[in-house]
Amino acid sequence: MTDATPGQTVGPFFHHALAFPGDSELVPFGSAGSVVLHGYVHDGAGEPVPDAMIEIRQADASGVVPRVGGSLRRRGAGFTGWGRSCTDGAGHYWFSTVEPGLPFFAVTVFARGLLDRLFTRIYLPGAADAVDGLVASREDDGRLRFDIHLQGPSETAFFRFPRT
Amino acid sequence: MTTSQHEISDEIAKIQADSPGGAPLLDFAPYRSTTLRHPTKEPLHVDPEGAELFAPVFGHSDVAAVESDLTLQRGGEPIGERIRVQGRVLDGDGRPVRRQLVEIWQANAAGRYSHQGDQHPAPLDPNFTGVGRCLTDDDGWYSFTSIKPGPYPWRNHHNAWRPAHIHFSLFGTDFTQRLITQMYFPGDQLLALDPIAQSITDPAALDRLIASYDHSRSEHEWLLGYRWDIVLTGSHATYLEPSDD
Repeated sequence: MTDATPGQTVGPFFHHALAFPGDSELVPFGSAGSVVLHGYVHDGAGEPVPDAMIEIRQADASGVVPRVGGSLRRRGAGFTGWGRSCTDGAGHYWFSTVEPGLPFFAVTVFARGLLDRLFTRIYLPGAADAVDGLVASREDDGRLRFDIHLQGPSETAFFRFPRT
Repeated sequence: MTTSQHEISDEIAKIQADSPGGAPLLDFAPYRSTTLRHPTKEPLHVDPEGAELFAPVFGHSDVAAVESDLTLQRGGEPIGERIRVQGRVLDGDGRPVRRQLVEIWQANAAGRYSHQGDQHPAPLDPNFTGVGRCLTDDDGWYSFTSIKPGPYPWRNHHNAWRPAHIHFSLFGTDFTQRLITQMYFPGDQLLALDPIAQSITDPAALDRLIASYDHSRSEHEWLLGYRWDIVLTGSHATYLEPSDD
C-alpha cells in the first residue's frame, strides 16, 4: 500500500470555506419524522471548543446508506446521509436528521489545535452492542444529546480503523 | 507569548529524535493549542461497518465548474502571483478516486484570510475569497486556478510565521478515508520552523505535503504550474476484493 498523505489541522479559518447553507440539516429542521442530534465539544479543561467541525454519515430510517449527491445544494435533493456542523461560540453542534435504521451515526471530528481528524460513533439510545460511552441520551424534548470530549476524565473513545 | 522560535525549534528537534512518524503527532506541544485538544487514550481498533463503509457522494449538482477558479469569483482580478495546482487523488492502492469532492481554502497574496477571525493587519483583497471546490475527474485529477498565498504570522510563539499553504479537504470512497490537510510550496524556508508542519516527524512524510513546481503546467505569460498528488488511506472494499482490478 502506498504511504498516505498525512493530515494537518483544519486551523482556525475554515468556516467561510466549509460551512454552507443547510449543511447541518440532512432533513429540514422541524419536518415530520426529524430528530435533532446535538451536543457540545469540550477540551481537556472542560472548556468549549468554538472552532471545531463535526461531520456525520448515516443510514436512512430504513437502514440503507444513501449513495446519492446533493448534500451541498440540499434544495430539492433527497436524503444524502451526510452532514456537517461547525461549532458555535459555546462549542455547540447540531444536526436535523432522521434516526438511522442502523444503530449509530459515524462521526468525524476536526478542530483548530487538533492535528488530524478523529473518528468515533454516536449510538442511538438502547442500541445493542454499543461501544461504552458512545450512546446518545434522549432529552425530554426528544432531541438526542452527545457531548464530545477531546481530552480529560470524560474523554470520548476515538477509533483507529484498519488500513488507516 | 515570550517563547522564542529557537526554543520552539529545540522542542521540535527533541520530539522528532524520539518518535519519527508519518502521521502528525496529536500530542505535539510545540503547537501550543494541542495541549488541551489531543486525546490521551489509545484509539479503539474498530472494523468499519454500516455507514462507515461509504463516503458521502457529491456530483455536478453540488459543484459548479467555475468554483475551481479562485481568480474569477468577484468582479476583478485578485492581486498576486497567478498559479494553477493540479494533481490526482488516489487511494492507498493507487486507484484514482473518481468524481469526488475537493474543497480548498487559503490566505490571499498578503497572507490574510477572508475570515472575520483573522486580525492580521495585512490588506484584504476585495477580489479574492480564497475558497474553491471541484470534483475529481474519471482519472482522479483535480485542478484549481488561484493566486499564491502569502505566509502569515500567528500567536503560537514570538515571531511565529506559518509557511504559505493551501488547505485541502478530501473524501475517498470509504468514510474512513476522510482527510483534511495542507499543501505547502517547494523551497519554503518557514517549513522547518513551523510546529504544525513539523508535527509530521518523518521528513519523508512531510515531503508528501509539498507540491512540485512543474514548468509543463505553467502557461506562457499567464501563470505558474504546480503538481501535488494526494494519497488517501486504503479502502475497505478494495481490501476485501484484492483481485478486483
